[in-house]
Amino acid sequence: MEKTELIEKINSILAEEFEIDKTIIQPEKPLMETLELDSLDLVDMVVVVENNFGYKMKSDDFAGLVTFADFYDFISSKTGG
Amino acid sequence: MRRVVITGIGVYSCIGKNRHEALDSLYKGKSGVGIDPVRKEMGFRSPLTGLLTPPDLRSSLDRKHRNTLPEEGAYAFAATSEALEMAKIDLDFLEKNSVGILYGNDSTADAVVSSMDIIRSKRDTAMVGSGSIFKSMNSTVTMNLSVIFRLKGINMTVSAACASGSHAIGMGMLLIANGYQDVIVCGGAQEVNPCAVGSFDGISAFSVREDEPTRASRPFDKARDGLIPSGGAATVILETPESAARRGAPILGEILGYGFSSNGEHISNPNVEGLQTSLEMAIRQSGLARKDIAYINAHATSTQIGDAMEAQAIDAAFGSLKPYVASTKALTGHEMWMAGASEIVYSLLMLHNDFIAPNINFETPDEYSAKLNIPTQRIDTEFDTFLSNSFGFGGTNSTLIIKKV
Repeated sequence: MEKTELIEKINSILAEEFEIDKTIIQPEKPLMETLELDSLDLVDMVVVVENNFGYKMKSDDFAGLVTFADFYDFISSKTGG
Repeated sequence: MRRVVITGIGVYSCIGKNRHEALDSLYKGKSGVGIDPVRKEMGFRSPLTGLLTPPDLRSSLDRKHRNTLPEEGAYAFAATSEALEMAKIDLDFLEKNSVGILYGNDSTADAVVSSMDIIRSKRDTAMVGSGSIFKSMNSTVTMNLSVIFRLKGINMTVSAACASGSHAIGMGMLLIANGYQDVIVCGGAQEVNPCAVGSFDGISAFSVREDEPTRASRPFDKARDGLIPSGGAATVILETPESAARRGAPILGEILGYGFSSNGEHISNPNVEGLQTSLEMAIRQSGLARKDIAYINAHATSTQIGDAMEAQAIDAAFGSLKPYVASTKALTGHEMWMAGASEIVYSLLMLHNDFIAPNINFETPDEYSAKLNIPTQRIDTEFDTFLSNSFGFGGTNSTLIIKKV
């Protein structure tokens, strides 16, 4: 999958799951604050990633995820994209 | 002791998704019972159920609130929103006052089973998502509604089988009467899905009259063959008359009596003595003469033994006075954890619209129901006082008496 295609897919999934306007998602924006994620929502993020990308996230994985760009790179690296 | 009145009612059930729809069904004697084909496929002995679907709350609640709210919680949110609006209570009032919640609930089977299905299949507990634990606890309704409505007072679920909703109202009355709270949201909720009633079906408690679903629930009828599980949620707002007056809220009725008892005997079979104790306690506490009670909303669920025991208890308490006795379960099926609250809502709707809904499907009395005055057609009559019975597994009994103010 092309990176732009992957980013579009990720944005659509996050917007639907966390019920936000997709247009507010920008690569440099902070992931947690923009999606209004609290500690409980991280569990739902684990479910979203496994169900959509087949990777089982561990709690350590969240440490390096600051922006959406970080998240795109993370998913890309785990899915061979 | 302070007086306790009801200032708001709300309901979401198989006979109406709000009080107006429920009133229409009660007036017309319209049943909400039907067939659930899924239960048939699953091998249930009875596919009969009250038919209803959860409200779509996407425009009312954000994702975080919906994420932790199970089916019965969605019903309770709808009923409570309606009741609060009727009582003229808004979020600003809830923020600034100590309002409590006591709600009846006694299962979260669908949430528990669904999460275990995922855990067994994925071998990973995280895959159930963050909302599952909050949907799976028995106090799910009170924990969710207290967060959604920002409640600051007593916050507790009352679990007492099919008397849960009635006891929740009774307990609310006691807290307000004794000065601990001014306003409490009370009610009962009941999930409607195969997981919730599979084991209940397993003890052959349900009617199998599936060729005529709307005639299957036949409280007090000689040919009754079991109850029809049903559900939804019903809410009543309890408070002092002074609290109601400060907001100009309507006063729908005053709770004059709350009787209770435990049979201390069989796990599922009621006895006459326990029911009588609850009835007599409520009557005594109300200070009313028995002749003043015009209508008895019976617990009667359409089971052979339960209805027979209740008929004997009512006859022992009221004898030749012969008040109208009818079970709205003829229309709704048995709303179980919710029933004690919904039947207060239904009775108040009838009280304020001058009629008593028919005990449909009562065709032939048995030796006990023959002694009662059971209307099979709607009775158009003004009345101002009713008594509502609720009984549950384990022999828990509750009786409420409410009078128009």
